[in-house]
Amino acid sequence: MRIFLAKRVFTLILTLLVATLVVFVVLEILPGDPASVMLGINAETETLNALREELGLNRPVWVRYTHWVADLITGNLGISYTYDVPVSELILSRLTVSFPLALLAMTLSTLIAIPLGILAASNHNKPMDFLVMSFSQIGIAIPNFWFAMLLTLLFSVTLRLLPAGGFAGWDAGIGPVLKSFLLPTIALALPQAAILARVTRSALLEVLQEDFIRTARAKGITNQGALWKHALRNALIPVVTIMGLQFSFLLAGTIIIENVFYLPGIGRLIFQAISQRDLIVVKNLVILLAGAVIVINFMVDLLYAVIDPRLRGGQDV
Amino acid sequence: MSKMKFIVTLIVLTLGIAINASSVMAAKDSLNLGMVLEPPHLDPTAGAAAAIDEVVYANIFEGLTRIDKNGVVKPGLASSWTVSEDQKTYTFNLRKGVSFHDGASFDADDVVFSLNRARAKDSVNAQKALFKPIQSVTAEDPHTVVVTLSQPTGSFLFNMGWGDAVIVDKASAEKNKSNPIGTGPFKFSKWVRGDRIVMVRNDAYWGTPAKLKTATIKIIPDPAAAVSAMMAGDIDAFANFPAPESLAQFKSDPRFKVVIGTTEGETILSTNNQSGPFKKLKVRQAIAHALDRKAIIDGAMFGYGTPIGTHFAPHHPAYIDLIATHPYNLAKAKQLLAEAGYPDGFKATIKLPPPSYARRGGEIVASQLRKIGIDLEIIPVEWAQWLDQVFKKRDYDLTIVSHTEPMDIGIYARKDYYFAYDSPKFQALMKKLDATVDTKARYKILGDAQRLISADCVNGFMFQLAKHGVWNKNIRGLWENSPVQANDLTQVYWIN
Repeated sequence: MRIFLAKRVFTLILTLLVATLVVFVVLEILPGDPASVMLGINAETETLNALREELGLNRPVWVRYTHWVADLITGNLGISYTYDVPVSELILSRLTVSFPLALLAMTLSTLIAIPLGILAASNHNKPMDFLVMSFSQIGIAIPNFWFAMLLTLLFSVTLRLLPAGGFAGWDAGIGPVLKSFLLPTIALALPQAAILARVTRSALLEVLQEDFIRTARAKGITNQGALWKHALRNALIPVVTIMGLQFSFLLAGTIIIENVFYLPGIGRLIFQAISQRDLIVVKNLVILLAGAVIVINFMVDLLYAVIDPRLRGGQDV
Repeated sequence: MSKMKFIVTLIVLTLGIAINASSVMAAKDSLNLGMVLEPPHLDPTAGAAAAIDEVVYANIFEGLTRIDKNGVVKPGLASSWTVSEDQKTYTFNLRKGVSFHDGASFDADDVVFSLNRARAKDSVNAQKALFKPIQSVTAEDPHTVVVTLSQPTGSFLFNMGWGDAVIVDKASAEKNKSNPIGTGPFKFSKWVRGDRIVMVRNDAYWGTPAKLKTATIKIIPDPAAAVSAMMAGDIDAFANFPAPESLAQFKSDPRFKVVIGTTEGETILSTNNQSGPFKKLKVRQAIAHALDRKAIIDGAMFGYGTPIGTHFAPHHPAYIDLIATHPYNLAKAKQLLAEAGYPDGFKATIKLPPPSYARRGGEIVASQLRKIGIDLEIIPVEWAQWLDQVFKKRDYDLTIVSHTEPMDIGIYARKDYYFAYDSPKFQALMKKLDATVDTKARYKILGDAQRLISADCVNGFMFQLAKHGVWNKNIRGLWENSPVQANDLTQVYWIN
C-alpha cells in the first residue's frame, strides 16, 4: 500500500508541474495585451507602460514563471486585473456555486444510473433491459443545453414553479439555493446518468460471464445473490473510472449550462476572464482545475485499491 | 382514483391561493433589471466600460449637472450656475444639506477634489479629455465653486453631466471600485460577482426620493437565457434587450411592453483611410453607394435601427439627413471604382468584433461589396484583439463598430485615431465649435462637420443602433432612449 501511494503521489506532483508549464506557455502565446484591454481605447502609451510595470508584465519570462509557481505554492494567487479583487476570493466565491452543483449532479446521476444499470443487467435481453437502454440512448443523444432549455420552458416559463436561472446566494438560505440548483442539477445529471447506466450494465454483464460467478451459481447461490454479492463489487472499477471523469467534467465543463441558467460558476468566470484578458485569473483557474482533475484521478486510483485489494500491493492487475 | 383526484384538487387550490395572494399585494417596490455585460468594477471615474455607468449613473453617483432622458442638461449637485461674459468662468452654486452614503457631508471641497483628480497627471479617468479645458477649480465658500477654463467650451455643462465627471468623496474615492459611495438616491448594497448588484433606496437623499425600495441588476449574458428569464418573470425589465430576434415574441405577450428607443450608437463601417485602395476618395464613395442600409438593418438587426448618412445621432436637433447624398446605386459604385483604377475590384479584409451587429452586419456588408467587385475576407476577432490590432496598431482595412459615446463627432478631428482621417478643414471646424457657445451657431458648425465627413466618405455610415427595451407593462419611468449610457432608475415605479 505504501509503495502504491508513493508512486501515485510522485506522478501527481510531476503532472501538476507539467501542467503549470503548459498553461504558462499557452497564455504567453495568446495575442492581446491585458493592459490595453483594461484601459480602453483612450489610454496613452505612458499609462499603458506604467500599468504593465505594475502588473509585472515587463519582467523576463522565466522570472515570471518561477514567481508564479512560487506564489501558487504559497497560496498567493494575486489580484484580478479586471475585478480588482483577490483572485482566490473570486475563485472561491465561484466554487461555492460550481462545487455543490457538481456534487449534486453527480449524486443524482449515480442514484439514477447504478440502480438502472443493475436493473438492466439482471433483466438482460428482457423488456426492462430494452427500456433502460432506450432511455440511456435518448439521454446520450440529447445535448444537455437543449434539455436545459426544455426544462426552463416547462418549469419556469409555463408552470412558473422555479426560477429560470440565477443563483440566490448562500446567505438567502438553503431553500432558495436548492431551488436555483434544481433544474441545472437535473440538466447536468440526466445525460451523465445515461452514460453511467450503460457502463454499469455492460460491466456487470461482463463480470456475470466470469468463471467465479458460474462457480458460485453451481454452489447453489441464486442469480440475484450472485449479482449483488459477487458481481457488483467486481464491476465497480470501470464505473468509478467513469464517475471520476464525469466529476472533473462537471466541475469545469459546465460553462454551457451555466450560461443557460446564468449561474455565476467557474465555467463562466474562465470564459469571461479569457475574453477580457484577465490572464492572472485564467492561469490560476486553469491550473486549479487541472489540479482538481489530477487529484480526482488520484482519488479514483485510491478507490481502485479499496475496491480491489490486489492493487494495494503495488502490482498492476 | 379518488385519492389522486384529491391530491390534484389540493395542488390546484394551493396554487390558486398563491396566485390570489400575490395579486392582492400592494404595489411592488422592487425591480429586477437585466443586463448583458457585467461591469468590471463600479467606479465611473476610472474605467471606460459602459456597463459601469449603466449601473451607477444617476442612481448611486451624481455630477454637478445631469443629463435627463431627453439628453437635456439639468441641475445636479449644482442647483444653479452663472457663466461669465467671456464664457471662461463658471460659478456653480451647490446644493445644501447633501451627504454621501457613508454620512460624510458634501461641499465645495469635494467638487474641487473630484475635478482635480480627474484631470491630474496620474489620473486614470477614461475620458480625461472632458476635463482638458479646465484651468483651475476653486472653492469660494463651502457652497460655491468657481471653474476657470482656458478657452470657451460650449459643451462644458453637458460634459460635467457624464458619468466620468461625478463627484466623489476624498475619503472613499479609492474604494469606489468595489464599494461605491456617492450622493445619489440609491445606496450600493451588495455585489454577487457574476450574478447581481443590489442597490437600496437612500432615505437621506436630498432630492425627490426614489420610488423603488430595492433595485437589483441581474447579469444575464446569454440571449436565450434572457428570454426565459423574462418569460418566467425572474426579470422585470431589460432596458436594452440583447436579442432583437426575440422581440416579436414579447410583443405578442400581453404581460410585456416593447419600447424601441434611440441610442448614441452610430454603427459604422470604419475604414482605414491610409490603407491601400481606401486612400482614394472614389473608392470610399463607391463603398458608400454600394451599401444598402435597409438590407443591413433588416438582416443584422431584424429591422430595428435608423439609417444614417453621417456620424451623428438622428434624434439630436443638430442632425442633418445626408442619406440621399450617397444613395444605393450599384452602377454608380462600379463606375467610381473603375475611375479610381479598380475596374475589376480588389481584395481586402474586414475584422469583426463579437457584437451581433458587427458579425451579422459584416457578412451582409461583405456580400454587398462583392457585387461591385470588392472581395472581403471576413476575420472575426475578440475585443482584446480588436483593441490591439485595429484600434491601436491600425492593422486593418475595414471593421464594424458602434460608437456609443454621446456627441462624439470630435473623434474625426484626431488624426491619429484609427480611421486615420487627417482633414485640417475638419480640425478647424472642431476648434471653432469649442469656442462657440451660442446654441444656434453651434448647430450650424455641427451641420458643416456632418456634411464634411459625409462628403469625404470617411467611413461607411450605416445605422443608428436602436435601444430595444422590454419590460413588464406595469412598470413606469424607465428611459425609452439613452442619451447617455445610463439606466436611470430614480423615477421608476410599479402601477398596482
